[in-house]
Amino acid sequence: MGYELTVEGLRDLAEGAAVLGTGGGGDPYIGRLLVEQQLHAGRGIRVIGVDELPDDALVLPSAMMGAPTVFVEKAPSGAGNVIALRALERHLGRTAAATMPIECGGINSMMPLLLGAQTGLPVVDADGMGRAFPELQMETFAVYGVPGSPMSIASDHGDSGIIDAVDNRRMERLARAMTVEMGGAAYICDYPMDAATVRRTAIPGTLSLAMKLGAALRVARAEHADPFERLSEALAGTIYTHGIVLFTGKVVDVDRRTTGGFARGTVTLAANDDPADEMVITFQNEHLIARRGGRVAAIVPDLICTLNSETGRPVTTEALAYGQRLAVYAISTPGLMRTPEALACFGPEAFGLSEPYVPVEQLTGEPSPSPA
Amino acid sequence: MRVGIDVGGTHTDAVLMDGSTVVAEVKAATTADVTGGIVAASRRLLDGGGVDRSAVDGVMIGTTHFTNALVTGRRLAPTGIVRLALPATAALPPLVDWPERLAQAIRPSVHLCHGGHEFDGRPISPLDPDELKRVAADLAARDIRTVAVSSVFSPVNAELEEAAAAILLAELPHLHVSLSHQIGRIGLLERENATIVNACLRDLAGEIVDAFAQALATVGVRAPLFLSQNDGTLMDAGHTRRYPVRTFASGPTNSMRGAAFLSGLSDCAVVDIGGTTTDVGMLSGGYPRQASGEVDIGGVRTNFRMPDVLSIGLGGGSRVASTPELTIGPDSVGYQLTEHALVFGGQVLTATDLAVAAGLADVGDASLVRGLDPGLVRRGVARMSATVADLVDRMRVTPEPLPVVIVGGGGVLMPPDLPGIPATHRPEHGAVANAIGAAIGQIGGDVDRLFAVTASATREDILEQARAEAIERAVAAGASPGSVRIADISEVHVPYLPGNAVRVRVKAVGDLDLRVMASPDEEQEQQWATS
Repeated sequence: MGYELTVEGLRDLAEGAAVLGTGGGGDPYIGRLLVEQQLHAGRGIRVIGVDELPDDALVLPSAMMGAPTVFVEKAPSGAGNVIALRALERHLGRTAAATMPIECGGINSMMPLLLGAQTGLPVVDADGMGRAFPELQMETFAVYGVPGSPMSIASDHGDSGIIDAVDNRRMERLARAMTVEMGGAAYICDYPMDAATVRRTAIPGTLSLAMKLGAALRVARAEHADPFERLSEALAGTIYTHGIVLFTGKVVDVDRRTTGGFARGTVTLAANDDPADEMVITFQNEHLIARRGGRVAAIVPDLICTLNSETGRPVTTEALAYGQRLAVYAISTPGLMRTPEALACFGPEAFGLSEPYVPVEQLTGEPSPSPA
Repeated sequence: MRVGIDVGGTHTDAVLMDGSTVVAEVKAATTADVTGGIVAASRRLLDGGGVDRSAVDGVMIGTTHFTNALVTGRRLAPTGIVRLALPATAALPPLVDWPERLAQAIRPSVHLCHGGHEFDGRPISPLDPDELKRVAADLAARDIRTVAVSSVFSPVNAELEEAAAAILLAELPHLHVSLSHQIGRIGLLERENATIVNACLRDLAGEIVDAFAQALATVGVRAPLFLSQNDGTLMDAGHTRRYPVRTFASGPTNSMRGAAFLSGLSDCAVVDIGGTTTDVGMLSGGYPRQASGEVDIGGVRTNFRMPDVLSIGLGGGSRVASTPELTIGPDSVGYQLTEHALVFGGQVLTATDLAVAAGLADVGDASLVRGLDPGLVRRGVARMSATVADLVDRMRVTPEPLPVVIVGGGGVLMPPDLPGIPATHRPEHGAVANAIGAAIGQIGGDVDRLFAVTASATREDILEQARAEAIERAVAAGASPGSVRIADISEVHVPYLPGNAVRVRVKAVGDLDLRVMASPDEEQEQQWATS
């Protein structure tokens, strides 16, 4: 079940992770380069299934925290993430048996792979978001009772800290403040848990899913096939089940504003054949809700992805620009992310939306045909 | 009067301009040596009109020499690379994503050193002068004479790059130092890449500038020399020696600027149709819209200023196939059009043949395409115009329909009207729009930095500060102060951080003040510029 990551697999994974970033999560380019360096240096990365660890094995998820914009200027030292891992191990008095992503969308899909290569730890093929979300408490781990604390945080300089907060929201705020002091980007290990708890609370198979989606796009381009059909084929039979093209059109307006440290805004697309037919997507780092003619077409936590309508390449909210031809592609989230507890943590209300959550496959009826 | 010259892969075009009047234009073949084509073109240009050489106030040249050197990996100097960042960034050393062949071609000496800033201006670590002296010793030992210095967040704070340059130059006075904050924007790897490219081209830049000056001397012109930058502004010979990378992609920029000048439009789409490809770009306020993301040149990812151009394989020489379905291009007979096209007695059905058969163009012998299927001709012409109209539509940034200016030798392929486009302009002299774009180049100044919005520095204060800095930079570069205006301003908010960090880009441009420019031999060569 486990496998060694190859360079090609890594590249597919990075592109698929950008799809799962659902408009945010940061461009995985820098992360992909970091991991590729390790592979070229001969260090292997073993990705293992969540069932391959004994129940009591300690798993320490790892991630970067802060602004991807800072990351592209101040690239990592390669030491900070290892320091964060060792700090939490020291605090717990136990050694990690594996690491894993807390977030499979965007750049944080790459950070545990880097740590795995540097330390030899296997990387569990699962995560706690099943996509990208903006804050640390938005985790299925948290939803199903795992405290994020104690967490470790480390800088490129080598300093580290332990945050043992009374709840996950306070942990997020304290860690965000330290991240700023550490230069706007930091390395963390949080949600320490045993493998049995990972099995109970994580979204399984998400690294492999990202790889599968990236491979589908790569092959579709090589064969001049419809990328969205290929993505939907790749999703069928996974716990994500539905991939649906909601809309195909051209960006006619992008309205951005920054509040509370988040990139918020809306993007409006007009259909190619009928300019009056518009889809409006509201985002807060990631896409939250897509409306067509005022009616909800998809809503968080289902994934709303903006992809180039010809190549299927993901377009992040930062890169959205007038005139782009995009397909709005929705992916249904697994059942674990749709329970009342999960929706309370990262459903519409958590983002200040008044619309109730309705699964995307119900909103759209049968999967719509892919664009010609 | 000004002479504008565009050195392309096949042709060297030259124009003579008196104010805003095109006095003369010529096309000559580009030669393998640097000077031959330029001497031939300028001589014909000036002799044809009996122009007094002393009436020439300036010569502006757009060239692909430096781009070609990088793409082919030839004539690149062994290059020192210094990054000021430790302990940050060590996991991604310089050249990390370069094609192996190109990384070898510059025989690099790589040094990761202490320094750099955080996003908010705090130092990552202080500069270590001894560390840099050891770098200088290594460069000297390897006989390396050009070095690229990049410091983390130098677009926000350049002082460490400048301090490092001073230390290196104190050890090695003849070293050529390229500083990243003068070359690129936020995005360390891309900016560093562009700086390394600049550094490895500096020896060549010296040779090329000398050769251009020699060519002008040969034809008896003693006016100052300028080169086109990729944003449509000019730099003088001294700047070109220091910043050769800024000439990259100046060709498309010049043709777009030339099109704007000839048509009198400042906001429009420009379609440049050549023999093999069609480039479409957008002009906003008379300047090409710049690409927002990373630009790959010769396999190197960079983020320096480049025009946002869409290219497709459609040109006058594009091959046309009618079975099994109609295709036009991307294969082209290129410069062999006059041998292979049907209208020139050849055997290949080309886009030009369709245009002649449709009565759009009058080249070659129209009787040779009289037998073509009228349905094929009609569908072919409709396909070409629809393809170009679609490219234009993709490049639009506002919902309002924009006029289109068509330039380049292949402009005859287009019918009088394009689908969905309100007005199509085909200006006189459009075939040499690129040389005209070089001749009318202005002088610019840029600011691209992260600012923190606080109670004491409001958004308005910050924008005002950025505008003032951009204008100051344009004047320092030779613009006449009264003519400088803000050409472009944009703000991008930086997410995931509390507070309000704003990245502001401002571009100011003004008319080149030829009266105050130093002549080439009076100019003092600086090792590096701080403005």
